[in-house]
Amino acid sequence: MEKDGLKPGQKIGLKHGSGGRAMRQLIEEVFLELASPVDGIGLGALDDGAALRVGDQWLVITTDSHVVHPIFFPGGDIGRISVSGTVNDLAMMGATEPMALTCAVILEEGFSRPDLERIRDSLKATALEAGAPFVTGDTKVMGRGEVDGIVLNTTGVALTRRVVSDAGLRAGDLLIVTGQVGDHGMAIMARRHDLGLSGDLRSDVAPINGLIRAALAAGGDDVVAMKDPTRGGVSGSLHEMAAKGKVGIVLEEQRVPVRDEVRAACDMLGIDPLLVANEGKAVIGVRAASAEKVLAALRAHPLGRDAAIFAHAIAERPGSVILDTGLGRRLLTEPEGELLPRIC
Amino acid sequence: MAKDLTQELKFRDPAKARALSEAMQRNLDAIGREVSVMHVCGSHEQAIARFGLRAVLPPQLKLIMGPGCPVCVTDGPEVDEAVALAVGGAHVCTYGDMLRLPGTARSLADAQADGGKVHVVYSVAQAVEVATAHPAEQVVFMASGFETTAVATAAVALGPLPPNFSILSVHKYVPAAMEVVSRSKESNIEGFIAAGHAAIITGYALFEPFAARTGAPVVVAGFEPLDILAAIVKLTDLIRERRPEVFNAYPRCVSRDGNLPAQKVLWKVFEPRPGKWRGIAEVPDGNLDLRPEFAHLDARRRLSVDTAGVRDEAAAGLERECICGPIMMGLASPHDCPLFGKACVPEAPVGACMVSSEGTCRIWHTYGGAPDLRRVEGRAAGQG
Repeated sequence: MEKDGLKPGQKIGLKHGSGGRAMRQLIEEVFLELASPVDGIGLGALDDGAALRVGDQWLVITTDSHVVHPIFFPGGDIGRISVSGTVNDLAMMGATEPMALTCAVILEEGFSRPDLERIRDSLKATALEAGAPFVTGDTKVMGRGEVDGIVLNTTGVALTRRVVSDAGLRAGDLLIVTGQVGDHGMAIMARRHDLGLSGDLRSDVAPINGLIRAALAAGGDDVVAMKDPTRGGVSGSLHEMAAKGKVGIVLEEQRVPVRDEVRAACDMLGIDPLLVANEGKAVIGVRAASAEKVLAALRAHPLGRDAAIFAHAIAERPGSVILDTGLGRRLLTEPEGELLPRIC
Repeated sequence: MAKDLTQELKFRDPAKARALSEAMQRNLDAIGREVSVMHVCGSHEQAIARFGLRAVLPPQLKLIMGPGCPVCVTDGPEVDEAVALAVGGAHVCTYGDMLRLPGTARSLADAQADGGKVHVVYSVAQAVEVATAHPAEQVVFMASGFETTAVATAAVALGPLPPNFSILSVHKYVPAAMEVVSRSKESNIEGFIAAGHAAIITGYALFEPFAARTGAPVVVAGFEPLDILAAIVKLTDLIRERRPEVFNAYPRCVSRDGNLPAQKVLWKVFEPRPGKWRGIAEVPDGNLDLRPEFAHLDARRRLSVDTAGVRDEAAAGLERECICGPIMMGLASPHDCPLFGKACVPEAPVGACMVSSEGTCRIWHTYGGAPDLRRVEGRAAGQG
C-alpha cells in the first residue's frame, strides 16, 4: 500500500493512454460499463467512432482530445492534429464528408494569446482542407499548473451510406498502408529529445478523408476494414484488425515504406518504426481482387503516392501479427505501454 | 547514410537467406537426426530473434542461446559486493543493465533508492571522471562484461588514475563457459557459434584446442542475419562431416591470432580464476580477476567489502520458480518458465535473463517469443 491507500494496480499510469494493450484493458474494465445496445456500431465495438442508423444512412460520430507536446512541431501543431485526428477517425468508418466539427479548449492561465491565435489559424486552415465546418465550441481556463498549456477536444459528425468497421478482414484479404510510416512520432521524438538529427523529420499530420474517398470510390464494397495507425503505430492497428476480424495477419517488413531519416532515427533509439505513431496514414483491408485498383487510386492522390500493399490476412493464428522479415518470420508483439506520451 | 543502407542490405538479401536455409536442410537430411547447436552471445540472439531466423531453420535443427549475456551470468554474491560498497558510502559506477540485476537480496537500484551513490556510466573513462570529481570519496567501478569489454577496463587500469578509484571486476571469460556447457552430461550440444566481436580480440585459433578436446566444431560468426545463417550452414557442414574444427565465417573482421596488443593489455591486467556464474556452475577460469600487481586498484583487496548485511541466500517467492540457470545452460527455453511474460516482464523482471537487453528472456519477450512459424504461408499470391 502506498500513502494514498491505493495499490499500484489501482492507479492510472501513462501507459493507459498509449493506444496499446494497457489502454484497451482500462477501457474494457472501466468504460465499457457505459455501453448500451444501439442500432449500429456503439461504444461496445471499441471502434474509431460510433455509427447510428438514421433513415437509410449512417450517422458517424467521433471525439478526440489532444495534448500533444510540444504544441508546435515540425510539420504541424496541436490545431492541425485536432482537426486531422477527428476527420480521419470519421473517414476510417467510411464517412469521408464531415458535416460538422466542434472544438472545446481548456487553457492554462498565462497561455500566450498570439499562440492561441496561431492555433486558431491552423484549426481553420486544416478544417478548410478537410471540408469540415466548425459549428460550436467551448472554452475553459484553469489555474497555473492545473493543466499544461492547452488541451483541445474536437468532435466530428458525418453521414455515410456505407460504414466500414475495423473488424471486416477475412483470410485472403490484402492490406495497404497509404504511405511512409513513423513520420509523426519520430518528428515529435526528435524535437523533444533534441536528437540533433540533420535529416528532415517532419510530421505527416493531415486530414486524409479525400484520400480515403478515392480509395472507397475505387474499391467500393471490397474495402472491408480501415484503421488509422496513430498511437501504437501500424503494429497496434494490425493487432486490433487481426483480433476483431479473427484472422492472422502476415506483414512483410521489406514492403513497409519508411523514410531513410525515420529509419535512421529509429535505429539510433532502438525503436521499431511499426510502433511509431502516424497522423496522416491509414491501413486499409481490401479483398484481393480489388487491391491493385485501390492501390492505383491511392497512388494517384498526393497524400498516397507511397502507398504499398504490405500484408495479408490468413486463417491461421487468429489475432496474431506475423512479421515476415524477408529473412525469417516472427510474431510482432502488441505494443504494451507507452513509447512516448503526449504524441497527439 | 545511403551508402550505409546499401552496405546493410547486402547482408539482408532474402534470396541469399533462402539459399542458405536450403543448404542447411540438405545437411540435416544427410545427418538424419536432430542436432542442437549453441551460440553464446546476446547480440547473436538479438539478430536471430529480430529477423525471425528460427522460422527458416530445418525442423531437425535446434539453435540455442547459451551463457551469452554477461549481465545475466554475474552472480548474486557479486552484486552483493557492489551493494555493500554502495551502502557503505562508496560511489559505485556501473553499466545501465547492471542496475536492476538482483543480488541475493537487493540490487544496485535498491541501494540507490535507499540513498546509495550509484552512477550509471557508459564507459570506464566516465567512472574515472566521477572519481576525479569526488577526490575525497571512494569511487568503485563495477566492471562487467566479457573479454572484449575487459580490454577497455584493462587499458584504463594501465594508465594514470586518481588514488580514490578502484575496480570491482565481475568480468567473465566466455571460452571457459563453453567448456562447462560442452562437458555437461545433460547437454547435447554438437557445435558452437562463437561471437565475432570477442574473436576480433582473441583470434579464432583460441578455439582450436577446445574443438579438438570436446569434439564440437566452432564457427566464428558476424552479426548480420546472413552472417549468422552462413555460419550455421558451415557448422552443420562440419557436424555432418564429423570434423571438430574451427572455421572463421567472419573473415572481414576476425583473424587467426586476433588483436595481439589488446590481448597483451588484457592478460597484463587480468588473470582467469575459477568463479561462479549465476545459475550455471563454478566455471574454472570463468572469471577475470585483477592480477596481484594491480591490488592497489582492486576494490576487493583495498576496501573492506562486507556483504553480511545485504545478503540473503534463501531465495524468496517468485525467484524460486525462475529457470534462468537452465535457460543459460541451454537446457530449457523461456517458454518452459511459468513466469515468462506473466509475472516476469521487462518492467518488473524476476530473473537476470529478463533484466538485461542481452538476456534470452528479454529478447524473446521483445520479439514475440519463438513459436513455430515454419508452416505459416509467406507472401500472398499475386503480389509482385
